[in-house]
Amino acid sequence: MSKAVLMQGNEAAVEGAIAAGMRFFAGYPITPSTEIAEQSALRLPQVGGHFLQMEDELASIAAVLGASAAGVKAMTATSGPGFSLMQENIGYGVMAEIPCVIVDVQRAGPSTGLPTSPSQGDYMQARWGTHGDHPVIALSPSSVRETYTLIIRAFNLAEKYRTPVIFLMDEIVGHMREGVELPRESELIINHRKMSFHDGANKQCYFVPEGEYVPAMKPFGQGERYNITGLAHDSSGFPTNSTEIAGKLFTRLLDKVEKNVNDIVRIEEYAMDDAETAIVCFGGTTRAVMSAILEARAQGKKVGMFRPITVWPFPEQQLRARLPQLKNILMVEHNHGQMLLEVQRTVGGALPVDFLGRIDGTVISPADILAKLNEMEENCHAQ
Amino acid sequence: MPSDLIHQYMRIDHLPQIWCPGCGNGTIMRDVAVAIEQLIDDPEYDFDRDDFVIVSGIGCSSRAAGYLDFNSIHTTHGRAIAFASGIKFANPKLNVIVLTGDGDCSAIGGNHLIHAARRNLGLTVVAFNNDIYGMTGGQYSPTTPNGDKATTAPYGNVDRPFDIALLAAGAGASFAARGDVFHARETTEIIRQAILHKGFSIVDVYSICPTYYGRKNKKGDAVEMLKWQKENLIPTNRWYTMSEEERVGKKLIGILSRNDYPEYTEEYAKIIEQCRKKK
Repeated sequence: MSKAVLMQGNEAAVEGAIAAGMRFFAGYPITPSTEIAEQSALRLPQVGGHFLQMEDELASIAAVLGASAAGVKAMTATSGPGFSLMQENIGYGVMAEIPCVIVDVQRAGPSTGLPTSPSQGDYMQARWGTHGDHPVIALSPSSVRETYTLIIRAFNLAEKYRTPVIFLMDEIVGHMREGVELPRESELIINHRKMSFHDGANKQCYFVPEGEYVPAMKPFGQGERYNITGLAHDSSGFPTNSTEIAGKLFTRLLDKVEKNVNDIVRIEEYAMDDAETAIVCFGGTTRAVMSAILEARAQGKKVGMFRPITVWPFPEQQLRARLPQLKNILMVEHNHGQMLLEVQRTVGGALPVDFLGRIDGTVISPADILAKLNEMEENCHAQ
Repeated sequence: MPSDLIHQYMRIDHLPQIWCPGCGNGTIMRDVAVAIEQLIDDPEYDFDRDDFVIVSGIGCSSRAAGYLDFNSIHTTHGRAIAFASGIKFANPKLNVIVLTGDGDCSAIGGNHLIHAARRNLGLTVVAFNNDIYGMTGGQYSPTTPNGDKATTAPYGNVDRPFDIALLAAGAGASFAARGDVFHARETTEIIRQAILHKGFSIVDVYSICPTYYGRKNKKGDAVEMLKWQKENLIPTNRWYTMSEEERVGKKLIGILSRNDYPEYTEEYAKIIEQCRKKK
């Protein structure tokens, strides 16, 4: 550990990204993510990197994908409205297999909504925002320090699986300032995309050997001269109308994530050993949940926390493993019930699943959570 | 047998291309390949083939990227210039050439065009301008002349058209030019000059679409449309010998404006250098 520094979540995202090797940022100002662009503009030239303020979010994500195709680790940051604008090209990144990180610092409400207020209303947009069947990896940090370390993981996963990774922050974590001890450089694990083609590729830039899922990616300008397209393509990267080749490609893209779910999924559990009630939460909601659990434990309630750090794919195996010991589950999130749907799907009716959410741009407090736990207990006794 | 040029600079496994008989796009694609070939072969310059990147958007024009045997990326509709900006800025040694269409670069991608022009990032944009959306079957585009017909303008187009080269010049492009299919030799030279130009350069190349635009507007077949270009699009040397009256209804083919504004990646490199020295 190095010495403690006072840092904002949005700044930690930039510092972590730079530690991960990010050397290109393109973005467009939008609250509450703007500090990420500002910090990138300040820091990137200091490390030989490039910052570009684009004319809109459509251009930002496109420039990021272009930079990554040129071999540079690249990132953009936005909030809900800008995230919506980026969706088409996030799908392009999935299809063309171009690694990058997209930070979404969520804010409240549909449309322009409440720009400075917290929300977790983009959870489903992160999964289903772009069209067509596609895989998504999304990670959500719950503190400033975790923002730093987890965004490094976001880059690592993007590079390893050659896919855009969504870094789903929220206004709470993005604007929170706290003292953090950052890990030393020597403690960090940094992954890079595989740059030399697989054996047998013979200039087939999207060639993947049997049993593997990820093609190698040489940057433009290193002599391979291949084609990248968002159309269905064969292993040479050239468009095809063959439904057989297209079907295999779409399946491989999904398998790339689904078959590696154990490598991708991370959770945090707190006080779960003897828990009878699990509170599921993620991101900025976590802190209120942990204080509520301390209080509830002091009152003798057997409550624990199950927190997806990888929010997509949803950690269904891990949650399912906890079901035998549980009496019920409480989903707490700053939206109208989005991760709730994943929890319900995973639980499959085996247990009651309660919900506590907020969509008015104010934060859920530990007292709200305790009140909800008491209400659940009363309902239990009443039955 | 394909010619030497095609053998060397096109992906012959993927030919013939998908364009309709009589389409002008193949000629423009060839012009681009010849311009690049001339630069690579020219001992005066140090162009490496592997440093060329061809970026395209979506539409008939944008299929050209796949046929050209360079680093190539066929992106999303309207976003080619934005992708290209990322490629060039991330690795300024690359020669980034955007192949786009009138709809791709002046409708859905119009914002990226004007901002790239303003920024003066060293890209070369070649617009295959056929006055129509060909890939989707003949809808009017931002360059369809007023009054002309298209499948979405069955009673004649009410919109007024953009002049892409002037639009880009107005937005600050440091090199703005026009070319066409008929004057292939002149157009090739203009594209060569555009690639050599340090800042943002654009060549608005008038293509022909006999299948949709031509048929809808009774412009005749490809030969007739080329004849129209021959008579109405005038290369620079001839343009300046013509009187005002002779120029009415005709357009200049050539370089419309050229300035040496500072190039974006070079200016940014100075900032990086400044930060390095401060350390």
